[in-house]
Amino acid sequence: MALRLRELKKGDIAIVDRVTAEKNLGKRIRDLGIIKGAKIQIIGEAPLYDPVAIKVGDTVLTLRNNEADYIFVTKGEGKHE
Amino acid sequence: MNKVNIALIGNPNSGKTTLFNLLAGTNYHVANYPGITVERKYANVKYKDQNLVLHDLPGTYSLTAYSQEELVTRNFLIKDRPDLVIQVVDASNLQRNLYLTIQLLEMNIPTIIALNMVDVAEGRNKKIDISVLENKLGLRIVPTVARSGKGGNELLEAILHHSKGSEKLNITSFSYGNDIDNFLSEAVPLIGKSETESKWLALKYLENDEEVMSENSHQNFHSLLMKSVKKIENHTKNTLDTYPEVIIADYRYGAVRNILDNVVTQKDHSSRIYLSDTIDKILTQRFIGPIMLFFILYLVYKFTFWASEYPSGLLESFFGFLSETAESKLPDGLIKSLIVSGIIDGVGGVLGFTPLIFFMFFVIAILEDSGYMARMAYMLDRIFKWFGLQGNSVVPFIISGGIAGGCAVPGVMASRTIKGKKERLITILTVPFMPCGAKIPVFALLVSAFFTGDKGLAMLSITLLSWVFALIVAKIYSITIIKGENSSFIMELPPYRFPTFKGLLLHAWERTWMYIKKAGTTILAISIVLWIMMTFPQLSNEQMSVLNGKSDNEIAEFALKNSLAGKIGASLEPISKYAGFDWRTNIALVGGFAAKEVVVSTLGTAYSLGEIEADDTESLSEKIQKDPSWNLGVAISLLLFTILYAPCFVTVVAIVKETASYKWGLFSVVSNTFIAYILAVVAYQLFGVLS
Repeated sequence: MALRLRELKKGDIAIVDRVTAEKNLGKRIRDLGIIKGAKIQIIGEAPLYDPVAIKVGDTVLTLRNNEADYIFVTKGEGKHE
Repeated sequence: MNKVNIALIGNPNSGKTTLFNLLAGTNYHVANYPGITVERKYANVKYKDQNLVLHDLPGTYSLTAYSQEELVTRNFLIKDRPDLVIQVVDASNLQRNLYLTIQLLEMNIPTIIALNMVDVAEGRNKKIDISVLENKLGLRIVPTVARSGKGGNELLEAILHHSKGSEKLNITSFSYGNDIDNFLSEAVPLIGKSETESKWLALKYLENDEEVMSENSHQNFHSLLMKSVKKIENHTKNTLDTYPEVIIADYRYGAVRNILDNVVTQKDHSSRIYLSDTIDKILTQRFIGPIMLFFILYLVYKFTFWASEYPSGLLESFFGFLSETAESKLPDGLIKSLIVSGIIDGVGGVLGFTPLIFFMFFVIAILEDSGYMARMAYMLDRIFKWFGLQGNSVVPFIISGGIAGGCAVPGVMASRTIKGKKERLITILTVPFMPCGAKIPVFALLVSAFFTGDKGLAMLSITLLSWVFALIVAKIYSITIIKGENSSFIMELPPYRFPTFKGLLLHAWERTWMYIKKAGTTILAISIVLWIMMTFPQLSNEQMSVLNGKSDNEIAEFALKNSLAGKIGASLEPISKYAGFDWRTNIALVGGFAAKEVVVSTLGTAYSLGEIEADDTESLSEKIQKDPSWNLGVAISLLLFTILYAPCFVTVVAIVKETASYKWGLFSVVSNTFIAYILAVVAYQLFGVLS
């Protein structure tokens, strides 16, 4: 079942299902490697839980929860800390 | 032989600039692209009798038109048509870097790949089969480690081979799936240019590239092409619930995956936790992270002041020596007064801060190049966002003096890294509130004269107060005049890296040089103008005869009051008296608009204390302490006014340049002075009553 990226917790691993952002934000998200099928892991949270740090491929990215709402994922196995 | 134009392009943090420095040495030029704020670096290099011009294009992930950096890079490739592109590829992050390579191949531009940081990839147990990758891409690949200088000569050799035409590059074509392939094959004859060019244009139309579409809107094919784009958009929306541009990106990444198949072998799958991730577990941990952040900022502050103390002292004595020599060697008169009080004291006072500025930029370069600055943006974004700013705003704030002792001019320029228009404008307008290096002598003077107790603590409080004001004003702007949607915040947290010493020096020196140039040009001119205003008109014989028998100090004071500057200062008294400023302070503050460094030196001259240099504040502070027109109320009022009022002239010029509008330059002067005046009046009235 597809979840929003925001709903994942630290340590969760998921596969990107689709990205609904359009225009420039959509471009930016794709350029940074977040596309359908990409594996994402939540690896950190800022002091106020927003933005979050995620690992996509070999890249670590940070994005706000607002942006994470455009990214739908299917949750896989992950280890919590 | 002709010059060969070579463009260096690559993802941010791919080591592109390090490679540029390796190939170009220190012999490069920095300029701005006309009308926009993206830096342009190029260098003339000679290798085996071949003249090369290397262009360091801005770091970019893609060749769409998302940001100014991307647009500059793309326009350079299309319009300046370099003979050869060198794409710097981070070997430890091939997938995302090759996404850009695919887009270069789509443009059919001759390209050589510098496969950089191969050592990092090896350290991560990744084996890259370079010859297989070369065959699959049809591009020459040169492995490099730019930071240690490895591969530089091999790269130059490859460039030479290419420029002699002995290296033929393939044209590779890709599939984007049936729907888009069909569209492209119909669009090519319609556009009627060469196949690669037509295909590229058609792809850009599918990607809704506004820049390309508006440039071609007068072409015959434009409206027909737009129609078929609409058609295929509807088709993909109905059948696949997506857009052509998403499909194109998916196929590009698909092509990268196919290329990387059999190219990269990961020896040991369990060791995918890299050192960088481990460091982040501590440095950006939710609770420890912010504590470390403040500790690191404290160290930056400590180091900058500690390291610059000795060279600053040397410079001060050097200018003192110059001043004394001129004093003793030159005949009395106007020329001597101009050289000593006008030029040496004015410019010397500013140049005395050069070591401080240099070390501050050096440390900031460490924060930037190591990757920590991006983490600061990450940790602070949520708080900054509430004030209408963005995590990235932290960089311009710190450069402008956020840890005391910066300069708002490079600070305003550093706001370029902020993508959102609204956040960028608010950042530009609020960084001048930071306690820059030029305001510090003013604070030091007031603190030593009127505040008992811990002076260091007082200075720290002033820094914190400046932050509070800047953030409050940012918030006010964001809910009144600069409204609008928050822009997105999504960026890379690059792996931690040890900065190279050479890179740090170059980085710090570029910015320090800007500061020195300011002292040599603007400040020199301002010092002379101020000296003229404080010297003329001179006392007439009549006035002199009245003053007969008075002390030199009294005569000097009378002469000053009689000068143009004195008259301006006096004419402002009816307004300034509510804030507790007399005509002498007014002269200093008006002079301070030219450059904040001038405030203390002008006060010194205005109190006719002979030779008071901007940093020799002891005697001046005693003088104003004894002066009956000064009290704690005046001191606090002047302190607040100095933190807040109009940015200096050079900063205003930078604001005008960066916002491409006179309006915001003027706005910053009026708005800041207004806010400063109101608060100064309130403080003076309040503390005046108390004391």
